[in-house]
Amino acid sequence: MTVLEQPGSPRHTSGPAVPPPAWRPRVDPAPLLPDTEPYRLLGTDAARRLDPGLLKRLYTELVRGRRYNTQATALTRQGRLAVYPSSTGQEACQVAAALALQEQDWLFPSYRDTLAAVARGLDPVQALTLLRGDWHTGYDPHEHRIAPLCTPLATQLPHAVGLAHAARLKGDDVVALAMVGDGGTSEGDFHEALNFAAVWQAPVVFLVQNNGFAISVPLDKQTAAPSLAHKAVGYGMPGRLVDGNDAPAVHEVLTEAVRRAREGGGPTLVEAVTYRLDAHTNADDATRYRTEAEVETWRAHDPIALMERELTGRGLLTDAFATATRDGAEQLAAALRDRMHTDPPLDPMALFDHVFIRQTGQLRDQAAQLRAELDAEAEADGTTAATPAPAQEARP
Amino acid sequence: MTTTAQPTARKPATMAQALTRALRDAMAEDPTVHVMGEDVGTLGGVFRVTDGLAAEFGADRCSDTPLAEAGILGTAVGMAMYGLRPVVEMQFDAFAYPAFEQLASHVARMRNRTRGAVPMPLTIRIPYGGGIGGVEHHSDSSEAYYLATPGLQVVTPATVEDAYGLLRAAIASDDPVVFLEPKRLYWSRADWSPDAPAPVAPIGRAEVRRPGSSATLLTYGPSLPVCLEAAEAARAEGWDLEVVDLRSLVPFDDDTVCASVRRTGRAVVVHEANGFGGPGGEIAARVTERCFHHLEAPVLRVTGFDIPYPPPMLERHHLPGVDRILDTVARLQWESRWTEGRGA
Ligand SMILES: Cc1ncc(C[n+]2csc(CCOP(=O)(O)OP(=O)(O)O)c2C)c(N)n1
Ligand SMILES: [Mg+2]
Repeated sequence: MTVLEQPGSPRHTSGPAVPPPAWRPRVDPAPLLPDTEPYRLLGTDAARRLDPGLLKRLYTELVRGRRYNTQATALTRQGRLAVYPSSTGQEACQVAAALALQEQDWLFPSYRDTLAAVARGLDPVQALTLLRGDWHTGYDPHEHRIAPLCTPLATQLPHAVGLAHAARLKGDDVVALAMVGDGGTSEGDFHEALNFAAVWQAPVVFLVQNNGFAISVPLDKQTAAPSLAHKAVGYGMPGRLVDGNDAPAVHEVLTEAVRRAREGGGPTLVEAVTYRLDAHTNADDATRYRTEAEVETWRAHDPIALMERELTGRGLLTDAFATATRDGAEQLAAALRDRMHTDPPLDPMALFDHVFIRQTGQLRDQAAQLRAELDAEAEADGTTAATPAPAQEARP
Repeated sequence: MTTTAQPTARKPATMAQALTRALRDAMAEDPTVHVMGEDVGTLGGVFRVTDGLAAEFGADRCSDTPLAEAGILGTAVGMAMYGLRPVVEMQFDAFAYPAFEQLASHVARMRNRTRGAVPMPLTIRIPYGGGIGGVEHHSDSSEAYYLATPGLQVVTPATVEDAYGLLRAAIASDDPVVFLEPKRLYWSRADWSPDAPAPVAPIGRAEVRRPGSSATLLTYGPSLPVCLEAAEAARAEGWDLEVVDLRSLVPFDDDTVCASVRRTGRAVVVHEANGFGGPGGEIAARVTERCFHHLEAPVLRVTGFDIPYPPPMLERHHLPGVDRILDTVARLQWESRWTEGRGA
């Protein structure tokens, strides 16, 4: 009972001292608190000090990113992708996440973050392998230090923490940046990952793209927190709130969080406020849960349009630059379209590879069964002979 | 390591001590081995299996984590991605359930979904099973969940030698191992040489613990001593029972199991886990598919009942015991000799 009373209050002045707590002294939460309004650069005085090179780089990536999104969505209509969760409208977050990291750092994307992976250097066809459906992860994660795209919500977050922790134990200069959606912040793994990261002071940055919806469910059904960034305070890490459609602002906040992590300052939670202009995926009907008027207000806050205004104001959006940027994006789209229009080579027998490093007896039997089925199919087509594979004991 | 017999080096050891020694030797040999879990550091684990490791290897190599099983396993996945070999302790069987999503969705399939690029050399130690008078949530036999999850090896020792040998093999494995430690055998003793442990059969091999000719008891973990006791008692009935210790549920050693059943012509599977949907159904099916023409009787099962694990004062009625095993052996159609006749 006395624990709840303030030491130093009149009732305590004469009584025995409160024993020292067995837990750490509380840190002052004030510096951890996010701003009340999302941090912005574009359209402010501060934007005028931004490096023109960075602005042009971000713009180029945004335009490429938008074109990548529209092309991937088109590929779903052509039957070339099983599904595509578009990041149209969220390109500033995607691009900034990739550019905030150094070569040796790790990115932990979700299913919606193929663009971040592509902006980090991953081949777009490899990035889309999961969504095409020919294999789960189309790339070697170690090559670009991009973890497999993660579909079970928030489960990639503890992986990022563990990897960053391991790197720090080894004394390596590695930061992990993990991406998650607003809905994903309700998952237990979000909580556990942030808690582990803060306790371990792991060099991790958590980027929440708050795009307003988890499929159809709006954020007010997801949380009663003042903002998602506020959740950081409960773990003892700083929370930052940023306009997720303001590419230089997201880039600056993430770069600063990555620097802090790299210098041993521990994790940061960044909430980027953005909007998913497309439906959840091509299979979703967004008109069932949101109005066109709402979408229009966000179109007016499009990340590419915001950048164009800034570039134009500073005389950076020359015709030559605009054309070169557009052409580059068209080339990316054309190459993607061409390469995705060829069928991937499929080997059904590869189903049994990489379940274990050495195939078990059970899997050998099952592989033999499939082999026999394939041979029978081939024989029916008039090619090779079938080999039966009895799992059952033959009569003695 | 010498194989020369050194009588003075063999002394009584408990299974828990053998497990501790396995962790210690693995950590000493390989700096990438990290032990993590709840209370594993200062306390040495609630069963004291990690006793002394934090003192010897430091708090970074044997770390007390926050109390969150999904977080423990999830961060271990990230550590494994970075080249470490985490050994995770789940405090009790029923408290491993929060980690199940990480286990099923990541640990079990990471190698597969990355086509071998990201292996998961993880060991997940789980004390399991009943018979220790534990209150609710401390006695589950949860192996069926794990063996129904492709991509996991599921291993359980029943002897002091295997506790050491199988745990070393699990930690050395480049694939994830759910390592189920029979709680009630933690304090079982055997003569053992900690400084020169005898090599044991690899993961994936079963062992005949007692040769016999009339029927085979197929069992593992906490039920092995019960089966051995039943086999002794069965002699009075004129039955010479063979007892096979499966050791590894995944991979499953069809060869050793089927060789035994073909020899004896009768089989009973014995485990604590409930029967419906339990490992025994899979084992009985495999034996029947492979040994049908050698069987004198259907493969029978002695298992826990299909009930939530009972309170400690009633658990003895639930657990497979010698009497229930012998009653079941009695139902193996001893009058039947039909396969011999047909074979003629
Ligand atoms: C553990 C889990 N539960 C449910 C789903 C199904 N699901 C896929 S995406 C999604 C919504 C996620 O919303 P949010 O985290 O805001 O990310 P967004 O899709 O908006 O980028 C749901 C419910 C899932 N993938 N994983
Ligand atoms: Mg969302």
